[in-house]
Amino acid sequence: MKIVVCVKHVPDATADRTFTEDGTTDRASVDSLLSELDEYAVEQALRIAESGPDVEICYLTIGPDDAKDALRKALAMGGDSAIHVADEDIEGSDVFATSLVLAGAIQRHGFDLVLCGMASTDGGAGVVPALLAERLGVPALTHIEELTVEDGALTGRREGDTATVRVRGGLPAVVSVTDRSGDARYPSFKGIMAAKKKSLETLDLADLGIDAGQVGRTAARTAVDTATRRPPRTKGELVSDDGTGGIGLAAFLTAKKFV
Amino acid sequence: MAEILVLVDHLDGVVRKPTLELLTLARRLGEPSAVFLGPGADTATEVLGRYGAHRVYVVDAPEVEEFLVTPAVDALVQIAGSTTPAAILLPSGPDGKETAARVALRLGSGLITDAVDITAGADGRPVTEQSAFAATYQVTAHVTQGAPVITVKPNATAPEPAPVTPELEKRDVVFGPASAAVQVLSRTPRERGDRPELSEADIVVSGGRGVNGADNFAVIERVADSLGAAVGASRAAVDAGWYPHSHQVGQTGTQVSPQLYLAAGISGAIQHRAGMQTSKTIVAVNKDADAPIFELADYGVVGDLFQVLPQLVEEIERRRS
Repeated sequence: MKIVVCVKHVPDATADRTFTEDGTTDRASVDSLLSELDEYAVEQALRIAESGPDVEICYLTIGPDDAKDALRKALAMGGDSAIHVADEDIEGSDVFATSLVLAGAIQRHGFDLVLCGMASTDGGAGVVPALLAERLGVPALTHIEELTVEDGALTGRREGDTATVRVRGGLPAVVSVTDRSGDARYPSFKGIMAAKKKSLETLDLADLGIDAGQVGRTAARTAVDTATRRPPRTKGELVSDDGTGGIGLAAFLTAKKFV
Repeated sequence: MAEILVLVDHLDGVVRKPTLELLTLARRLGEPSAVFLGPGADTATEVLGRYGAHRVYVVDAPEVEEFLVTPAVDALVQIAGSTTPAAILLPSGPDGKETAARVALRLGSGLITDAVDITAGADGRPVTEQSAFAATYQVTAHVTQGAPVITVKPNATAPEPAPVTPELEKRDVVFGPASAAVQVLSRTPRERGDRPELSEADIVVSGGRGVNGADNFAVIERVADSLGAAVGASRAAVDAGWYPHSHQVGQTGTQVSPQLYLAAGISGAIQHRAGMQTSKTIVAVNKDADAPIFELADYGVVGDLFQVLPQLVEEIERRRS
């Protein structure tokens, strides 16, 4: 079984992230790393590989040169190879262009299963897995908390908006997993050393037969008008409980008309 | 007047509050038409009309409940094809966002997810507001291609009635290949209890690591019930198994924006702040005076939540009586 895991190199979510003047994510001002939510997808791929024979895992990312770091981190956790799609023309791409490029690379590599995290920790729309399935014409089992692969079919538990749903789809398929799907492992020292020897292929748009006009800022179907830092919340009154803390809090809530 | 399609979020015909918010926002852009999928349209029509839906397109086909997401996509695309709407609005949530993205791809439209507000721009087209980077940024944007497809987060606006008598229109939809469909084997609605739904609640009372045990969450629940609030929990409390995951507030849980957010025993890690810092009023109770949650709090009490919260409940009851 061929598994492709899509990963993203994102600005550290715990750092002070900003936008550039043209309204795109500023990737230069803070350190970037493998998106935490993608580690769960890597973990699921590795568990599938450990539970059955003939599983090949390839990681896929799009991004500038340093996006390779995300691939190296994933390879250090396990898996076989990686594909890095890098092309200046991709910069500023929206979810449609991103899914177009990913789908192109996935088709070129071949796949039985595409695994993704539930969302990136920067853009965070969480729609790329569904768009990949739409483009590849395969089932999408998204936001899965518990995944089972058996006899060419996938079943999973999905925590929806108002209900818990059990779903089933055939392979090939796209699956996105949540941060509840199982703790991701840490790379071992041996894994980190082994990752350096694994194949990492770099592709550009021409390799995928995608025209530059279909991606990037020019093809984006949305435009940002303004991106402004929300004024920091002003720190309000802080009182130490002297035995009447609850009474004081009730008075505050009453003044605000919540009581 | 421009037609705005609104996808109805409902359970057997009982319309959920975010849909009423969508109808309210849609009226700023044009004339709302509701798209109702599945059984129960007769129950829903009255409330949809009360909030301004001039038309209700009804697709009552078994596929809608048997398969995940794609039947809704087929339905919306085909209805959009025959009505040429000026915008399509959906609720933000995994299903709403995935439906929206696929609809936009098929229609060649731009997509905006997780809007917290929509206004009509100079040319009447929608301008959206979103929160970014754990809600530290406010972004306004517009769609440059096709009929805008926009998903809107709960509590973006207060639902305002604007009663009309809607026309009911049954629509037949041709559903795409089943091979690309995901079958729904079972659907277990989450127990709602008597408390409001977390994402829709006006008041949320949340507990974190400081609650220190599943049984102790009764303290949080008592405060919630005295304020008519929903109960939330931090990731730490959920990971410890003290409260169900469906109540997790944060970046990977539910993102809430209530009128009042009360955080008890929650330090305020960025993961948590991302899910609640757009709340209108924030109050916090924590033992640690240096907890980051106090930087956001309009009112903070440094103290033991097991002392402060029971006293709070007692005082609320005293003030009410």
